[in-house]
Amino acid sequence: MNQSKKITLKTFRFNAETDYLPYYKHYEMEVGKDELVLDLLNRIKWEHDGSFSYRRSCRHGICGACAIKVNGKATLACKQNALELVALFGNELLIEPQSKKRAVKDMIIDKKDFWEKHAAVKPYVVTEVEPHPEHETKQSIEEFNNFLDSDLCIQCGACHYSCPALEVNPDYLGPAALNAAYRFTVDTRDEAAKERLEITAEPGVGVWDCVKCYECAEACPKEINPIEKITKLHNLQFSEGVAKSNVATRHAEGFLRGMKKYGYLDEADIVTYSEGYLGMYKHLGTAIKMMKSGKIHWHSGVPFIDSIPKIKNLDEVQKLIKISQTNKL
Amino acid sequence: MSKQLHYALFTGCTAKQSTPELLSSTLAVADKLGIKITILEEASCCGASHLQDFDEFLAHVLNARNICYAEKLGLTMITICNTCQLNSAMTKHALDTNPELKARVNEKLAEVGLEYKGTSEVKHFLYTLIDEYGLENIKDKVTVPLSHLNIAPFYGCHNIRPSELHEEANGGENPYAPTSLDRLIDALEGNPVAYESKNKCCGFHVELQANHTSEVLAGNALLDAMDNGAEMMVTPCPLCHLKMDTYQDSIGKVMGRDVELPVLHMPQMVALALGCTEEEIGLNFHVQKATHLTA
Repeated sequence: MNQSKKITLKTFRFNAETDYLPYYKHYEMEVGKDELVLDLLNRIKWEHDGSFSYRRSCRHGICGACAIKVNGKATLACKQNALELVALFGNELLIEPQSKKRAVKDMIIDKKDFWEKHAAVKPYVVTEVEPHPEHETKQSIEEFNNFLDSDLCIQCGACHYSCPALEVNPDYLGPAALNAAYRFTVDTRDEAAKERLEITAEPGVGVWDCVKCYECAEACPKEINPIEKITKLHNLQFSEGVAKSNVATRHAEGFLRGMKKYGYLDEADIVTYSEGYLGMYKHLGTAIKMMKSGKIHWHSGVPFIDSIPKIKNLDEVQKLIKISQTNKL
Repeated sequence: MSKQLHYALFTGCTAKQSTPELLSSTLAVADKLGIKITILEEASCCGASHLQDFDEFLAHVLNARNICYAEKLGLTMITICNTCQLNSAMTKHALDTNPELKARVNEKLAEVGLEYKGTSEVKHFLYTLIDEYGLENIKDKVTVPLSHLNIAPFYGCHNIRPSELHEEANGGENPYAPTSLDRLIDALEGNPVAYESKNKCCGFHVELQANHTSEVLAGNALLDAMDNGAEMMVTPCPLCHLKMDTYQDSIGKVMGRDVELPVLHMPQMVALALGCTEEEIGLNFHVQKATHLTA
């Protein structure tokens, strides 16, 4: 990648005050090997159209202001080399705001929903502080390492606006807020862990609405891996006794029922156990269709009938569950 | 190919239960291509990310145990489910990079006479077909070209994200513009459909607790494929298949439009082109009618 390349930027343009619909403008430019996406945004503004609008501030990957999307990929403009993206997507780059439906002007979006979610998880250490403490509140290296990477979050919104669950369910807290919840929950100086775990355990709002697509892990420019923190919050809900028995928690814990019996998940049992017999009415139509096509059988999930072949050396799995299980519902 | 390819197959739970057609078509494809398969009959469920939510350490122990059996055979462990692939690969990565965790897991495994070493690769069947068997070699074996079919490739999250975890096993697939399934469809002489949702989430994992989210995500992808002219969809993941094949009626109600699209497992599509038998391909096991595809 020593040479410069001539590329086209297909760029989203919209002014909420004057435009009925957004449109795209094409800007051609020669791009050098060291140019960042932010340089290209600057060049659109300085060389082509002074009205082109985007947020920028620190230019060092710290403030999170210049986050956009390029060909659908969450991109922190000041950190991303432009020709790397050309190698990935070809000579036409699609320059768009993080969320088109929230666009205010060109790349600038209204991040209100992001900050509301963030505030909802109490993203700060909650504790009684002595007005005149005699010494600092010390953290051991281990205690610090527990939340070190989650603390690197710059609130750029890359994960938040890549999350498909949030697009469908506006009540869901989303990966950035859940990462913040984790960061302060495992901080040994904090005293609101239980409260935060309860907020993030709420059906329809908390961790159980994560769809496990890993878009957030892919999107984060600070390599925080938010879904890893979501998994840790799930585990904490069980280990701290916050998890209440509901369809989602039973679904997670219930995997062990089939595994103890057969080594495999018992597909029919997991639905019955998670939903409860009364909740099964929702699945009757599907069950009948699945039965017709031979996907499940009349005896699937019927207690006392083994409908699944057992794995070889099942006793090993049973023993490993017995000696390794750490959490309970 | 000078040496016969030989893999240890981790079937996962669905291929043994609700999607028997996935197992039969996988074995039929391997047979036609001369790939030797040893099924890991000792392997347990991977936890499907749900056991991981309940007890992450236990999930690592059980996944490490599965890989141990492939290591004993000295073979690469292949998966035929994206979620099996992700969870096995996550355990492998965690143990191979964290000696302290590996020691804790091995302490448990020693109780049943096993030891995780980290010597076996974990790879999805799709990528062994492409990277190790080779598309040119598959092309040579096609007897029923799929040239009459517009096929929408649906990649499934857990084979392509997080890309750093998968890059060795999936040939460095770009998660924002994956190409492997498209190239496979090309090799079988089918017509790959270009549509935006091919790398998006199907919603399977929240089917029970966040049903509306699940239905909308599956509906967006199915309708996007249909609107771009797809006559069938193909996926390497049986969980994507279950969500998108089994629930088309209820998805249609949520989306306010009829949804009708056969959703095939990746090996079923290959089996079609290689001229495998109807019984091996197993289209009769689909909820959304697909049997016309073998006609």
